[in-house]
Amino acid sequence: MSTDYTLAELAIVAASEIFRDETPEVFATLIGTLPKLAGYVAKETFLPGMMMSDGIYYLAAEPVPVGPRGDYPIKKEGRIGYERVFTLIAKGNRHAFVGPVQVDKYGQMNLSCIGDYATPKVTMLGVRGLPGNTVNNRTSMFFANHNKRALVEGEVDMVSGAGYNPARYPKGKYPRGLDHRQIVTNLCVLDFEGPNNAIRVRSLHPGVSFEEVQDNTGFDLVRPDDIPTTAAPTRQQLDIIAKWDPKNLRSYIFKDNPPGVRAS
Amino acid sequence: MNSSVLDKRMELTDIVGQLNDGMTIGIGGWGARQKPMALIREIVKSDLKDLTIVSYGGCDVGMLASARKIKKLVFSFVSLDAIPLEAHFRRARSAGEFEVMEVDEGMFQLGLKAAAQNLDFLPCIAGLGTDVMTYNADIKTIKSPYSEDHYVAMPAIKLDVALCHVTEADQRGNSWIGGPDMFFDEWFCRAADKAFLTCERIVETSAFNDDHKILRMPIERNLVAGVAEVPFGAHPTSCGPDYGFDVAHLKAYSATAKEGWEGYVSEFIQADDYVKSVGGEDHIRSLPLPAF
Repeated sequence: MSTDYTLAELAIVAASEIFRDETPEVFATLIGTLPKLAGYVAKETFLPGMMMSDGIYYLAAEPVPVGPRGDYPIKKEGRIGYERVFTLIAKGNRHAFVGPVQVDKYGQMNLSCIGDYATPKVTMLGVRGLPGNTVNNRTSMFFANHNKRALVEGEVDMVSGAGYNPARYPKGKYPRGLDHRQIVTNLCVLDFEGPNNAIRVRSLHPGVSFEEVQDNTGFDLVRPDDIPTTAAPTRQQLDIIAKWDPKNLRSYIFKDNPPGVRAS
Repeated sequence: MNSSVLDKRMELTDIVGQLNDGMTIGIGGWGARQKPMALIREIVKSDLKDLTIVSYGGCDVGMLASARKIKKLVFSFVSLDAIPLEAHFRRARSAGEFEVMEVDEGMFQLGLKAAAQNLDFLPCIAGLGTDVMTYNADIKTIKSPYSEDHYVAMPAIKLDVALCHVTEADQRGNSWIGGPDMFFDEWFCRAADKAFLTCERIVETSAFNDDHKILRMPIERNLVAGVAEVPFGAHPTSCGPDYGFDVAHLKAYSATAKEGWEGYVSEFIQADDYVKSVGGEDHIRSLPLPAF
């Protein structure tokens, strides 16, 4: 174990664990620096068959370095244009690791807008593929700022990604593919393994208390009797991260790039 | 037969002359990639109004929004890719300047595919459990005739006109898409009564007597009503493999959402020579292809 690691590296390695129980050749969609590097750690340690895209069109035979890469030639093993992506989403063997703007106690996500729908206070991207992702594929989320604006009270402003809210489904029945896995934040890792898929604290990052997490969350979290501390990265994991992030973009994941273990 | 029906070459202004107020217009490409921007600029300059725009949106949507051309927008997202949020769209959407039909990306393609096959709808489960169903009250769910499952019945998105930008076309309307992803241009054309293409260059039909190129020719010519040759016609969006998107230009364009975009319109959209106004052919050719 190394003690010389950043919070970003700790969170990347924690997030790689969302793929621990995946199918051997899952197609992982990794959006953003942390999800990408987390997927790469999983692929290069315990899930070599993971499939991923270059973010544009090709299936990549090996990870693609994050950030500007100049003339670096990606290693291709196939094509995965958007039309094919939508087809394979519906088939189901996919894990989408996404960064919505809000999530609520049901695991419902918002990427569309904040405020009144006709004249939103804040217009964001639009629902994009979240409706289809969330009822067909395994879904995990990342929030760089764990607070009550992101993990909200009540329901999210515009439910773009579906969750465990029976009132919203015909006859209250969840679609077969609805399968939310984990939420990784700057404070902790959450999962959906509480009663009736309630959101539970899975691990706390070093120096973070349950109370701090609860105080920054807009809904009640399930508190297990014993909450483990998020595991420290190994030398091997840190080396994998450094290899695929040569420009150190991970230093921008969290404000001020704090250390993995808080100064006491 | 009259061979002149197979000469579909047109000027941009003639294509826009075929459009009418209130039409439903589908726009090919994706975000800041492969958009028929020369046609969009021509629509901005026109008197057209009250359009229903159907798009995997980028600056096509942003420009038509700021030009007050949109009555209703059918979309899943509006993004400039390298710049995740589209400033003009955000301003207009938050001001409630147009109606919206906001659906999942997969629902969107099924809507086009339903229209393409003269079906009222195609089923899916995307949309279940979300506010897509709340805010699109006309999208119904149906029970499967074969099981107890419930599906979203995604209605056909029928288009009056589709507008797409391709790499090469011949005068008959055959076309080759040179960029890596062909996106949904094919389905926009199939969902439409009429499709118009702009292209980087008009070529002889014999240029398509090529087994490699044929794999990237999803739009058969009898879907196409007109073709206009417009080199760099996708700028400031990308048109692989010839040029990438122009991030600096898109940033400057985005900044005009707040301060008013009249200056952008006069400097670029109304320029006598658009390519020269944005920095010239060599500049556009040098724009790197998208990478994320």
